This record gives sequence, C-alpha cells and structure tokens, in this order.
Amino acid sequence: MSVEIDEHEKRRELRSYVVGFAMAVGLTAAALLVVVAGMASSTAYAVIGVAALAQVVVHFRFFLHIGWKRSTRDDLQLILFTTLIIVLMAGGTIWILGNLHHRMM
Amino acid sequence: MSVLTPHRHPGLNLGHTDPETHREAEETLFGFWVFLMSDLVLFALLFATYASMLGATDGGPGPRDVFEVSSAALETGVLLLSSLTMGMASIAMKYKEPPHRLYGWLAATLVLGLVFLGLEARDFIKMASEGATPQRSGWLSAFYALVSTHGLHVAAGCVWLALSIVQLAVFGLRSEVKLRIMRLALFWHLLDVVWIFIFSVVYLGGLA
Repeated sequence: MSVEIDEHEKRRELRSYVVGFAMAVGLTAAALLVVVAGMASSTAYAVIGVAALAQVVVHFRFFLHIGWKRSTRDDLQLILFTTLIIVLMAGGTIWILGNLHHRMM
Repeated sequence: MSVLTPHRHPGLNLGHTDPETHREAEETLFGFWVFLMSDLVLFALLFATYASMLGATDGGPGPRDVFEVSSAALETGVLLLSSLTMGMASIAMKYKEPPHRLYGWLAATLVLGLVFLGLEARDFIKMASEGATPQRSGWLSAFYALVSTHGLHVAAGCVWLALSIVQLAVFGLRSEVKLRIMRLALFWHLLDVVWIFIFSVVYLGGLA
C-alpha cells in the first residue's frame, strides 16, 4: 500500500479522535454549565439527559469506531441487543421498586 | 479505505498496515467486545440500584451535602483527555511511528488514569470525613458500589497499561502485544462512556 494512502488514512483517523474529543468536551461543558448556572431542575435534567446520550453516541462513533457501515461486523447488533437487555432489566428494576416505594408511603 | 478488510471490528482497525494481525483481530476483538457489553449490563444494574436508592438517605447527608461539582468536572476532564491519549497511542501503534511516541502516549494515559484515581480517592476520603460512609444510608451504599466499581475498572486498566509498556519493552511490537493494546483501548474508551453516565446521573443529576 502506498505511503500517500497511509498518510491520508492516518490524518483522517487522527482527525476523528480530535473531533470526537472536542465534541465530548463541548457536551460535558454544556451539561456542566446548566448545573453551575442553577437552571430550574426540570430544564436542567432534560439538558443533562440529552447531552449525556449525545456524548455516548460521540464516544461510540469517534473513539470506538462503531458505524452504520454494512461491513461492520455484528458489533452494532450486539450493542442494540445489550441496550434492549439494559432497558428491560434496569428500567424494570426502577419501575417495580419505584412503584413499591410509592405504595409503601 | 482499506481494500483488504471486508470485515471491521470495534476500535481502530489495523487494516492494510498489518493484514495478518488484522485478520486475527477480527475474532479476538469481537470476543472482547462481547465481554465489554456484559460488563455494561453489570454497570446498568448498579445504576438501577442507585436510582432505586435515590432519596434513601435516612436523614444523613444527601447529594447536595457531599458532592462538589468542581472535583467531578475535573475528574471528567482527566478521563476524557486520557481517552484522547489512548487514541493517539492506537494511531502511533498502527502507523508504526517511532517507539518513543507509543511509549509516551501510553505513559500519558497511565498517568492520567492514576490522577483520576487519586482525585476519586480524595473525594471518598473527604466524604468519609463528613460522615458519608457506605454504611450510613442505602443511598450512600449504592453510590459507593457504583462509583468504586468504575474506579476498580480504571485501576485494572492502569495495571494493564503498565503491563503493556513492559511487554512492549520485552517483546517489541509483536502481533500478540498489538492485539492486547487494541483490547485495552476498547476497555479504556468504554470506561469513559460509563463515567459519562456516572457524571451525568450521579453528580450533575444530584446537584441539578
């Protein structure tokens, strides 16, 4: 493989990490600002939640290199399956225990 | 675009820079990815426990009494930076840059990991001195279980980093060593994802 292609690919991958890092810092800073500024709780929760989810996508995309490309192995399916398990188990736990807590009050 | 690589795996793909190791990596890294996903489920359940215990402070200290936003933000910054240095190490390894760069980036990642652990230990000691120990309330038990499980993972990652540096010095950049560093990079980046949730849910959520 020629040196130029290597150089090109290297620059692209380098940029991917730096862009991912910049986006991650930006999203963290946004969530942080909302809390430091003392915004109303409901707005703050919404901003923190959206920023956190966006940042997870950034990490998966730019640091772990998970994409929509067809050539990607079953990694994405595995992530989606894990997400389903997490939603069922963690969501179910929170739901049931929250309900129980409510009934005991 | 790598012509030689019909299949890709999570993390930085070696591709045509080392086709033989790349073919090996496909299976090895997928297996490790399965482990990482199961680890993620473990963390998710610790989060569920934490969420169920919110407010269960038994009259003891709550999030607003013991959390400091500046310290949590600093820890987040350190961990994010260490993800970048780990990425730089992966690139230095893939493109066979002069060895001192790979050593340098790995060492930088190790130092940042240790700084993170130091900051976290300082937080825990300060909290304990204010009476916020794990046995004080259900909320604090859940807090320490979640955050220190992440801390233990980071500590394991630091040991792994140190061993990688030793293996590089002893064996050089052999295929096995490369594959181990690639798995380490996945592990390290995923720990960062878990921390984002801890920072958002536990610290920012508790202070908002």
